[in-house]
Amino acid sequence: MTGFFILAILALAFLVTFQIAKSSEYVSVLKGEEKTFQQNNRINAFLFIVFLVLGLIGAWWCNHLFYEKTLLSKPSASDHGVHIDTMLWWTLAFTGFVFFLTQILLFFFAFKYQYSAKRKAYYFAHSNKLELIWTVVPAIFLVVLVGMGLFYWLKITGDAPKDAQIVEITGKQFNWMLRYPGKDNVLGRKNYRLTDAAGGNPLGVDWEDAASHDDLEATELHLVVNKPVHLVINAQDVIHDVGLPHFRMKMDAVPGIPTTMWFTPTITTAKMKEITGDPEFVYEIACDQMCGAGHYTMRGVVIVETQEEYDKWLATLKPQYSKVMEEKNAAPAKAAADTVKVSQLK
Amino acid sequence: MSSESPVHGHEEVISSHVHAGHEVHHHHHHEESFVSKYVFSQDHKMIAKQFLITGMIWAVIGGLFSVLFRLQLGYPEMTFPILEDIFGKWAAGGRISNDFYYSLVTMHGTILVFFVLTAGLSGTFANLLIPLQIGARDMASPMLNMLSYWFFFLASIIMFSSLFLQSGPASGGWTIYPPLSALGQATEGSKLGMDFWLVSMAMFIVSSLLGGLNYISTILNMRTKGMSMTRMPLTIWAIFFTAVLGVLSFPVLLSGAILLLFDRNLGTSFYLSEIVVKGEILPNEGGSPILFQHLFWFLGHPEVYIILLPAMGMVSEVLSVNSRKPIFGYLAMVGSLFAICILAFLVWAHHMFVTGLNPFLGAFFVLLTLLIAVPSAIKVFNWLTTLWRGNLRLTPGMLFSIGFVSLFISGGLTGIFLGNSTLDIHLHDTYFVVAHFHIVMGVASMFGMFAGVYHWFPKMYGRFMNNTLAYIHFWVTLAGAYLIFWPMHYSGLAGMPRRYTDYSNWHSFNMFQDMSRFISSVAMVVFAVQLLFIFNFFYSIFKGRRVTSTNPWGANTLEWTTPVNPGHGNWPGEIPEVHRWAYDYGKDGRDFISQTEPVGADESKH
Repeated sequence: MTGFFILAILALAFLVTFQIAKSSEYVSVLKGEEKTFQQNNRINAFLFIVFLVLGLIGAWWCNHLFYEKTLLSKPSASDHGVHIDTMLWWTLAFTGFVFFLTQILLFFFAFKYQYSAKRKAYYFAHSNKLELIWTVVPAIFLVVLVGMGLFYWLKITGDAPKDAQIVEITGKQFNWMLRYPGKDNVLGRKNYRLTDAAGGNPLGVDWEDAASHDDLEATELHLVVNKPVHLVINAQDVIHDVGLPHFRMKMDAVPGIPTTMWFTPTITTAKMKEITGDPEFVYEIACDQMCGAGHYTMRGVVIVETQEEYDKWLATLKPQYSKVMEEKNAAPAKAAADTVKVSQLK
Repeated sequence: MSSESPVHGHEEVISSHVHAGHEVHHHHHHEESFVSKYVFSQDHKMIAKQFLITGMIWAVIGGLFSVLFRLQLGYPEMTFPILEDIFGKWAAGGRISNDFYYSLVTMHGTILVFFVLTAGLSGTFANLLIPLQIGARDMASPMLNMLSYWFFFLASIIMFSSLFLQSGPASGGWTIYPPLSALGQATEGSKLGMDFWLVSMAMFIVSSLLGGLNYISTILNMRTKGMSMTRMPLTIWAIFFTAVLGVLSFPVLLSGAILLLFDRNLGTSFYLSEIVVKGEILPNEGGSPILFQHLFWFLGHPEVYIILLPAMGMVSEVLSVNSRKPIFGYLAMVGSLFAICILAFLVWAHHMFVTGLNPFLGAFFVLLTLLIAVPSAIKVFNWLTTLWRGNLRLTPGMLFSIGFVSLFISGGLTGIFLGNSTLDIHLHDTYFVVAHFHIVMGVASMFGMFAGVYHWFPKMYGRFMNNTLAYIHFWVTLAGAYLIFWPMHYSGLAGMPRRYTDYSNWHSFNMFQDMSRFISSVAMVVFAVQLLFIFNFFYSIFKGRRVTSTNPWGANTLEWTTPVNPGHGNWPGEIPEVHRWAYDYGKDGRDFISQTEPVGADESKH
């Protein structure tokens, strides 16, 4: 019923607007086209100035409302993020200047040079000097931005430090799975054809590779503060993306093509709770590449902690290989019985 | 190139003189039936109207979809029983289902990018303006031109029917990245809906190529006497570069789409490798999902310029006509269009900075991408200078042109953030991107299109659109565009990802619920005002104020030398000869000097 009323009100509003518009046309015929044109011109020119002023106020108001909620107002939780924030501020300064300059000129001109029977338009077809200025000046600004951007980009995407903690993160619809390499700091080989979630091998690890025997599987990403981490990123089904907004980092997870990303977390979760004044604060992994109907639920948690806390947590994990083997050993009798049955059927 | 060359098979329309001996033969041609005039028409003006009206229908559908998913985003906890009445299982319990949400998002993007802003924009104004502004009777091949529309119509039918499939239309995003789009197991929309999408796009590409080749050959070969390339209005230059972009890049998308069809239906592995989906281990090995992204964006990036360039061209024209001043820096405008056209092919991988692309390779794409800012800056400053010391007539077309410049600045500047790979790591696939491309490509190009419709409506239908409705349309849309997209930069800077159905379970992003609700409300108002525009359009076709003079805007270009309602062939007599460029406004104290007027002996040089 409410829907019906809303539609009725809308239709009525349409009708009223239309009638006003139609009558304004009749009025303009009565008043004379020239006069109506001049009147409309004045109104619209005035509205441009109103729009400019309200727009500037609105931009300020929007900033007032939302600035605190953006990550600009909070320190970056990684060393790379600091570079990215610096770059962001420089870009904001450059573009902000151009934005205000050009928008103010645009709306001011629209008002200032509105039609007047007295004014003649100034015939001004080109000026090499002016055109050269606004080719060269933006080019110089852009060279600076490109230079800065590439400097940071190559730094961020460069090789990870040798002592970085390797962690493997694998995306699938719709969650993240983590694997730590264990004491040898080497991840065991994988073969996707071995994937068997029910059989304790959701990642398809090849148990034949001895390096896999001490690998630890987890559901939360634990990181040591101030220690570089080197993420090895995989996807099982479709493309996902490891998005770490607080660290300003992001990298796609592509099936069949492992990707990597490294950074050094610099602020522990506990410390970030203090900084933000939010006791509930948590670092989240957001999937940033549309991956299906549950895309928006594909959430992971990152915990940045001290070395001691990390060691304590790591000690609670048990190598996946031992878990699987234990289960296998616990049920050999049953398996044997099954085999007998199968052979009898044959 | 002859100015007398008649349209093949339509001589009689052009020459009023009929030989008695050919009476019967001519009679047959004279009587244009409803079908040959309005349906299978080969008149470029009618084809333009067909593109425009089909585009408008799509725009309403695409816009309505955005209103629906904005309902979900703005009011995630509320239910709307009416939605269940209409959409059944897709909105069970009055709440838009996840699959439906992603279908809506995907279709909104597909429809607006391809069906409205490519076919609806280029199809309309290239067809309408090329022959009229260069002085030709019709396109180089009216037949191919007609086919171009009907392939578009076929694509439309296929895409539209996919909305009614049991498994729903495609839902992998308008970029249809495989493996999501390749695997029916991965999402409902990748079942039959995706095949429909791909086949429809194949038809669409055929349409676009037929149209594009025709536009290029017409512009190169059929200009009237005196219409050298450098005397062409900027609209034609823009459309020319648009067509070149389309012809060179759409085939690449076609190949990408066909390989995807193979992967889906024939068991090939172009894009698939080592996949375990819902516990099922697939045999495909050795393919690369990244290959698809290269193929897609090799079209996808030129595509945004295919959308933007015609708008730029029309805005240049409308700004100049209504400032009563020449466009400032004509050659620089052409040069910057050319530069954008070339660079458009060299920047595609900036959509792929975080796909694992080689960072060294990425560095080149940063450089080339940010280079585009230079021609863009030239254009903006030239438009500003065109306004400077003009005598501005703020007609609806002019308002939308000024609005276009404002939006192009706002959206263009955020491109400098995203084109810089360092910042893209942080901002990629957040609402910052949504804000950026909606402002610069979506709304700005829509504004260009509106400017074109208001400005050339008198040429299309011999009537004016209602000004008051047009003013309401402009101001609400301009304010609405900023109210909707400006705040999104802030949620983007908080890292809020796009394409989420619901943010309430995210500690990092759930603080934007109020903003989201506000945006949804504004979006609904803006959508309603677009309906007002559509109403104004159709009402004015039949009841608008009549155009009484052939040149209502006092413009220089050739389309205003035709009769108010030009027939097929455009000029009843000979095609006029051109003697000057299109922008002699306010020269030597004269308000305007038509392109057809010979240069006087004592005329000053510009």
